[in-house]
Amino acid sequence: MEFFQPATWSEALAMKAAHPEAMPIVGGTDVMVELNLDHRRPEAIIDLTRISELTQWGTDDGLLRIGAGVTYSQLINELGDRLPGLAIASRTVGSPQIRNRGTVGGNLGTASPAGDAHPPLLASDSQVELASTSGVRRLAVGEFFTGPKRNAMRKDELIAAFLVEPARGPQQFSKVGTRNAMVIAVCSFALAIDLERRRVGSGIGSAGPTPLRAIEAEEFIQGELDWENRARPSDATLRRFGELVAAAAKPIDDVRGTATYRRHALAVMARRCLEWAWAAA
Amino acid sequence: MRPRLAPPTAIRGRVGDGVQRPDGLLKVRGEFPYSSDLQVEGMLWGATVRSPHPYARILSIDTAAARTMPGVRAVLTHEDVPGKNLYGLEFEDQPVLAHDFVRYWGEAVALVAADHPEQARRAAAKVHVEYQVLPPVVDPEQALSPGAPRLHPNGNLLRHVKIRHGEQAARADVVVKGEYEIGMQDQAPLGPESGLAVPDGEGGVDLYIATQWLHIDQQQLARVLGLPLEKVRLTMAGIGGAFGAREDLSMQAHACMLALKTGQPVKISYSRPESFVGHVHRHPGRLAYEHGADRDGTLVYVKARILLDGGAYASSSTAVIANATCFSAGPYRCPNATIDGLVVYTNNPPCGAMRGFGSVQNCYAHEAQMDKLAAALGMDPVELRIRNAMETGTEMITGQVIDGPVPVAELLRRVMSFSLPIGVEGRGEGTPLTSLPGGVSNTTHGEGVTRGVGYAAGFKNIGYSEGFDDHSTARVRLFVAGGKPRVEVHTAAAEVGQGMVMVQAQIAGSELGVNEIVVLNADTRIGSAGSSSASRQTYITGGAVKAAAEAVCKRVCEIAQSELYPANVLRIENDSVVGADGKPIVSLATLLGDEVIEETRTFHPRRTHHLDPETGQADAHMQFAFAAHRAVVDVDTELGLVKVVELATAQDVGMAINPLAVQGQLEGGAAQGLGLAVMEEILVKDGVIRNASFTDYLLPTILDMPPVRMDILELGDPNSPYGLKGVGEPPTISSGPAIVAAIRAATGRDITRVPVRPHDLTL
Ligand SMILES: Cc1cc2nc3c(=O)[nH]c(=O)nc-3n(C[C@H](O)[C@H](O)[C@H](O)COP(=O)(O)OP(=O)(O)OC[C@H]3O[C@@H](n4cnc5c(N)ncnc54)[C@H](O)[C@@H]3O)c2cc1C
Repeated sequence: MEFFQPATWSEALAMKAAHPEAMPIVGGTDVMVELNLDHRRPEAIIDLTRISELTQWGTDDGLLRIGAGVTYSQLINELGDRLPGLAIASRTVGSPQIRNRGTVGGNLGTASPAGDAHPPLLASDSQVELASTSGVRRLAVGEFFTGPKRNAMRKDELIAAFLVEPARGPQQFSKVGTRNAMVIAVCSFALAIDLERRRVGSGIGSAGPTPLRAIEAEEFIQGELDWENRARPSDATLRRFGELVAAAAKPIDDVRGTATYRRHALAVMARRCLEWAWAAA
Repeated sequence: MRPRLAPPTAIRGRVGDGVQRPDGLLKVRGEFPYSSDLQVEGMLWGATVRSPHPYARILSIDTAAARTMPGVRAVLTHEDVPGKNLYGLEFEDQPVLAHDFVRYWGEAVALVAADHPEQARRAAAKVHVEYQVLPPVVDPEQALSPGAPRLHPNGNLLRHVKIRHGEQAARADVVVKGEYEIGMQDQAPLGPESGLAVPDGEGGVDLYIATQWLHIDQQQLARVLGLPLEKVRLTMAGIGGAFGAREDLSMQAHACMLALKTGQPVKISYSRPESFVGHVHRHPGRLAYEHGADRDGTLVYVKARILLDGGAYASSSTAVIANATCFSAGPYRCPNATIDGLVVYTNNPPCGAMRGFGSVQNCYAHEAQMDKLAAALGMDPVELRIRNAMETGTEMITGQVIDGPVPVAELLRRVMSFSLPIGVEGRGEGTPLTSLPGGVSNTTHGEGVTRGVGYAAGFKNIGYSEGFDDHSTARVRLFVAGGKPRVEVHTAAAEVGQGMVMVQAQIAGSELGVNEIVVLNADTRIGSAGSSSASRQTYITGGAVKAAAEAVCKRVCEIAQSELYPANVLRIENDSVVGADGKPIVSLATLLGDEVIEETRTFHPRRTHHLDPETGQADAHMQFAFAAHRAVVDVDTELGLVKVVELATAQDVGMAINPLAVQGQLEGGAAQGLGLAVMEEILVKDGVIRNASFTDYLLPTILDMPPVRMDILELGDPNSPYGLKGVGEPPTISSGPAIVAAIRAATGRDITRVPVRPHDLTL
């Protein structure tokens, strides 16, 4: 196995172009598990931890542009106020050690339907910035996920950053696991309310081949919410929202839970998240 | 050639002191040499080829490709087993390497030794085994059906224990029935199976190994390797937990075979996924119960059928089913009982010893039944239990009359008397997520959360039962080194994390009045100590150390009396011989000079007897231990998520030799009980384990395990050394059933299966 350690981003892109099979590593919290368990034996590894741009974030035309190497701990500490939904999700990731190493870039790279960063990114219409020696492109995060553990990144590309608007209203995230910490999602739900545009975004995790949006639920609730007076939605409305979120999921039975339970739990989480978020609006 | 092992350190303390672990600091600093850290120069690495099928006939094994792989030094199959290719704890039914059939998924078929572990693994992947795949027997009920394939020569029924006690046609005013199912729990010791075999160049081998019983490993290895006992020497290596998982052989024979074949030291260290197929598990079970009682709540009879899935090989199944059956009615007076306990062979992963050993499965059932009965009678569940609680002199359903303190009612009263923690409502705004069901996953801010409180009591035997000759040997040596008296204690008792090292030192310290006690590393140069299991080691090896130390003390006193100080020499205290007035007469250093005083003693507890095959009646058990738990849980009833808010326990430990270690057992045991109640399960489908990793086999974290409030009783057993009782298992028995009772109370649901899953509580 070859080991590359580029010092700059352009060097990294050149290496990836020259060795399209090489596997990038940042936090290593997915890669090292795969290597140790012998699930993968890549011919080469590109260590991106020397590239300082990747761990930085800034603003770009009103959007936050966050380097792919920014860790969950950084997100919580530095961006928790601007991205509360992603911060709640980040707090549910693994243990302190994992949050200190793990990155959203890595979560996107793995593209597991259970990746906890994905639902909040979906809910707030984020974009993924992919780069290669032939240029940079930005993809809506919904288009980035193409299947279970598959994404739209080309072999010559690397994830440079993700772009997301600072919250324009309350955000929530909720995740069901069968343990009270350090657990992979049985299913999860994210909600982002944009009070200015009067829009509601959603994201469903671990209940389909990819993270999903609940479009019908979003449209329904946008029409129902009392944007003027911020009155509490009726129980029937909250329940209907939950049902529509559950209906948008495409869950399966697996070792972590049954499809029926996943739908049931999504309906409950969606209802609760909406209630919490709206109460804070 | 000897690998680095943790050095024995001097331990100070007396019986009753909360002496700390000598290896604690090393472990926290990451400096403790675990068995997976063993190494010597020129060592090879072993890897194991395992069956991808739960049941298949082996047609051929082709090792040619593997042999030519880089770094490979040996590839072995069943043909290379030098001695008898069968082993087992109760009887020999398991091959070291499969020859005609594989009977479970992950069974060892071939071995590779190579210079590097990666080379060994790659070569193992090149061993080509041709299988004729057979339909596996994966349901224990199916295993008993007449048409089922016979997995072993004597059929699929491993053992049927019958209890026929009292009136078999007894009738009662109030009858409750229930069926219960227990999932397969794993011991999940954090240190995976590992060890190092070093050939001695003369046909023998030294094995450094983390095990629970050095001598039973040695016996089995000698037969498998075709060597006399003295050619197979075992030394205890740093252990990372056991809980029953290290009672059977795992990689021991494999490493020795490879070492003897190659003439080089060979290490085998399992990965976590491999560990899941490398040791036996707790038996999953199906239990059908019927309880009958008078209107006033007095138990009239218990009828039960207990079916445990033993998996592919016997391991200790026959003893586990005896326990499950003998203690099936719980710690209650029950004049009439009809119990059938069955354990069967299937093609599921083999099951055997795990903390609680058969008494865990039945406790879920008898405690659920007691709650059901209380509900049917309109009685308080604790009151019902107290009304029927065993007492000193109670006749068990096996006909054995229990002697010594039997404080079942007292334990229940004590757990009930702890104040209850503040409820969800009482906590109000700002309740931290970590204290709610779902924890930081932010699933509830109080919505849907209800509280429940549940109680359970349990008991089990301490030590070996059914006529087994239980014993342990200890050698105690007193001499003067550097002007100070020093005591060395040598036994083969496995320190598995329970604190055996401290206990031995404390006992020798108390008996000999010497301050510095060194407990030598356990090995097979001394007689067997029996296993560190059945909550027996402090009792049995503690008894041996006490006897040997007393003998040394007697000799010291004799020397003092005969040589120098004729009158009133009584005992040793603080490194000196003291007289009747407690004043030092002479220091041990002066008295002994160069003399070495050494005594070896073997301790036997009182004998037990075989169960009658038709009635299950006998004095089959040596000692009994009792505990009770109260659980307080919060359940998110909409999502089915559980937060155990608090566990309270009371347990009679007879005498706490080391109170700190006792507390650790009560907490750790309860955590393991909690695990089975709400999350820990090996999921097996069609004979295949689907969650062989800590990603999906979930163990409780610090956010799942609540504080344990405890009331430790020291009532003193008249038969045992210092009056002590075994401590390790009772905490694991009634903790889980109390949690499930609390979940029932919170949800109003009739939960009959553990671990309780979110969908069991919502759909
Ligand atoms: C104990 C434990 C607990 C965990 N708990 C959770 C959890 O609760 N929730 C959760 O979502 N995940 C969890 N994970 C998984 C993991 O931590 C996350 O997916 C994390 O986000 C991965 O980030 P990383 O930087 O460590 O990625 P790495 O392991 O370095 O990489 C992951 C993948 O992304 C690719 N990659 C990384 N960076 C780039 C880049 N810049 N460009 C292109 N490709 C890239 C890699 O090639 C690889 O395929 C857990 C893992 C462990 C070991």
